[in-house]
Amino acid sequence: MELIRPDTRFDFIGKRKFTVWVSAIAILISLGSIFFHGGLRYGVDFAGGILLQIKFSQTVDISEVRNTLGAMGLKDAMVQNFGEENEFLIRVEKASEDLEEISKTIQTSLQGRFKDKILEVRRAEVVGPKVGKDLKTKAIWAMGLSFLGMLIYVGFRFRQFSYGLGGIVALIHDIIVTFGAISIFDLEFSLPLLAVIMTIIGFSINDTIVIFDRVRENIKKMRKEKLETIFNVSINETLGRTILTSGTVMMVILILFFFGGPVIHDFTTAMIIGLISGTYSTIYIASPTVLLWHHHITLKRRR
Amino acid sequence: MLKSLRWKFILYAAITLFAILLLLPTITSQLPSWYTKVIPADKIHLGLDLQGGMHLILEAEADKAVESYVERIKNNLKDDLRDRGIPAGKVEREKGDQIVLEVSGEKGKWEKLLSERYSAMHELSASEIGGGIWRIILVLDSKQADQIKKSAIDQALETIRNRIDQFGVSEPEITLQGTDRILIQLPGIKDPERAKSLIGRTALLEFKLWDEEGDLEAALKGNVPEGDIILYQRVVDPKTGGVRKVPHLLKEKTLMTGEVLKDARVALESQFHEPYIALEFDDIGAKLFEQITGANVKKRLAIILDDTVYSAPVIQERISGGRAQITGRFTTDEANELAIVLRAGALPAPVKIIEERTVGPSLGQDSIRKGILSTLISAALVALFMVFYYRAAGVIADMALLLNIIFILAALAIFRATLTLPGIAGLVLSVGMAVDANILIHERIKEELRWGKTIRAAIDQGYHRAFITIIDSNLTTLIAGILLYQFGTGPVRGFAVTLCIGILANIFTAVYITRWVFDFLTLQVKVKQLSI
Repeated sequence: MELIRPDTRFDFIGKRKFTVWVSAIAILISLGSIFFHGGLRYGVDFAGGILLQIKFSQTVDISEVRNTLGAMGLKDAMVQNFGEENEFLIRVEKASEDLEEISKTIQTSLQGRFKDKILEVRRAEVVGPKVGKDLKTKAIWAMGLSFLGMLIYVGFRFRQFSYGLGGIVALIHDIIVTFGAISIFDLEFSLPLLAVIMTIIGFSINDTIVIFDRVRENIKKMRKEKLETIFNVSINETLGRTILTSGTVMMVILILFFFGGPVIHDFTTAMIIGLISGTYSTIYIASPTVLLWHHHITLKRRR
Repeated sequence: MLKSLRWKFILYAAITLFAILLLLPTITSQLPSWYTKVIPADKIHLGLDLQGGMHLILEAEADKAVESYVERIKNNLKDDLRDRGIPAGKVEREKGDQIVLEVSGEKGKWEKLLSERYSAMHELSASEIGGGIWRIILVLDSKQADQIKKSAIDQALETIRNRIDQFGVSEPEITLQGTDRILIQLPGIKDPERAKSLIGRTALLEFKLWDEEGDLEAALKGNVPEGDIILYQRVVDPKTGGVRKVPHLLKEKTLMTGEVLKDARVALESQFHEPYIALEFDDIGAKLFEQITGANVKKRLAIILDDTVYSAPVIQERISGGRAQITGRFTTDEANELAIVLRAGALPAPVKIIEERTVGPSLGQDSIRKGILSTLISAALVALFMVFYYRAAGVIADMALLLNIIFILAALAIFRATLTLPGIAGLVLSVGMAVDANILIHERIKEELRWGKTIRAAIDQGYHRAFITIIDSNLTTLIAGILLYQFGTGPVRGFAVTLCIGILANIFTAVYITRWVFDFLTLQVKVKQLSI
């Protein structure tokens, strides 16, 4: 079976004057949304606070739950139905020291308010302000260092710094766009979304290297051609694989998106955007970066 | 079979068999006993987010251990100054690790005392403030302070371990995280609130004397006599259930602590069958207790746990034999908890829960079920798609993917890695990359065939070329994974572990095992056409 005819020659690289604007606008919208929302909306994992998922044995009115919390002085607490009518998600964002106490009081007051209905705590997360901050800084450091590691390895394997740089610039593009999507859809940045970001990094760099590898091979075969042409041929030659791989992964994520239930909805939403960006960035960010470097640095040096 | 093919087959089959054997303990618990003697019985551990349970991170306030150490030194110093007849005004602890004292009289005398017996305290400053009174500020040696902090953490870890062991949780995990944090994982726990109060309790048992002469009324108004403190007793009214706080005026000095305890058990009082706690002291404790009771007959001795007075009986006579009891209208649960914490010993420093994640058992099962279901559906779809698109070669790829997953799970079992939700994300990424590796190889072989190569040459070239790509992309991701593991914490690490294992399994299955199948088909079976 052939998905892409072997002699296919789309002019991907030639469109880069146009797509650079697409990328710029995407990044601008992403950063703008993050800025407009006053930063990302961090979940309890990062901001510190309380998250309780509770289930009553019978149906309970959500406004009653809100009132009970309000009477405790927790007016900022967010209460939402979770799945069923008798199941609620309660979120209190607070960087306070006595969160354990508050969490306990919420549970006892709710049980006290609905005495005849058994309250089951299905999930309780209490994260102190220091823990969330630690997690954030450690995660940023770990990712920064892994970027550096990839930059060095790719630069070494491809004998050119620019390939490593292209890969990393594409990664940064993907992360910004994914964060932008998280901000635009007003998703809460919590641990599962951190996992999305890490997955996107893995996927994107994998995609980039597959095409760079073909470029490396073709440079030897097509010594007389311009680097632009070589990139274009390489992207076309690997197009079948790109569509198959990205398509398969996208299919899986779409299944999870539609059938995975509310728990992983945020997770899959961010993943879809990240996947699209990761595939796009290989062709329109990573490759043009290498070309740009080649024109402005490598060629000038030779003169 | 060709010799090289046969040897590879034996090797790959052996590895696969071994992986399956490693996985069996995870799948079934009904294995014969000889089995677990030969094969490691380690199972894949599901993280608490998947199986339900409680995850706690405690922070030990190690500074408090230093404070109480300096406090003890200060008390000793006070006694020593009195014993040696050195006139002293103020002797107080300041800023946690400093002692300020004002002494007068012969300078050589106190200098000798300080240098002989208090060398752990450095003199920060000494100045005459007039009238022959010297004001001296001592500070605890910083190395010594660090030592105290470190041993406080170690001891806290040990104590908490003891308490949890006695509480009875299967497969608890209690480890040090960084320098002053303790990570506790209690899978499948039923009563998280009780576990928390058991773990978090300082459980410092102290014996102090009542101040018989002091004026409690005046003290409550803020006029606490020098060297005294007020502590409260919680008294529950049996009729209304209301709690009253009864103040006690006590001598600040602690005569004895729970350190000398040998045992603590719950016993039932004979008259009303109320539970109380029977204490038994070790030899040193027994002697000390005998001394204290002998010297203070007819006085009241308060028994204090974590700054709450439990009882303050009058000492009727010298008590030998090293036994005492704590009474105080306990419920059986309370009494059991107290006995556990007393037996396990006090925490040298108070701990604070800075992170708690509890997942109820029902939610844990829910997420496992949903996770398995959606994984199976997507896996089936991917497998079907590969066969649809690549025909016979797709079957080979599917087989490789299945082996890939078996290897990853076997590795997780043998490394005792814990599978968490972020871990599953890492797994999904590595399986995605495995699919990609198969696609890369197949597309390349097709390309080579198009260029008119023979089947053998196309397979050789296809694998050779795709191998370079797969190695580069997988190694790059592996490097990222290793660095994420090295520098990340908790969830980041969970992701990195499965990713790294997955990549290694991927290179083995996608490149080596499928290659063997292709070689077998072309060299042994000698197929004429490649269904790809």
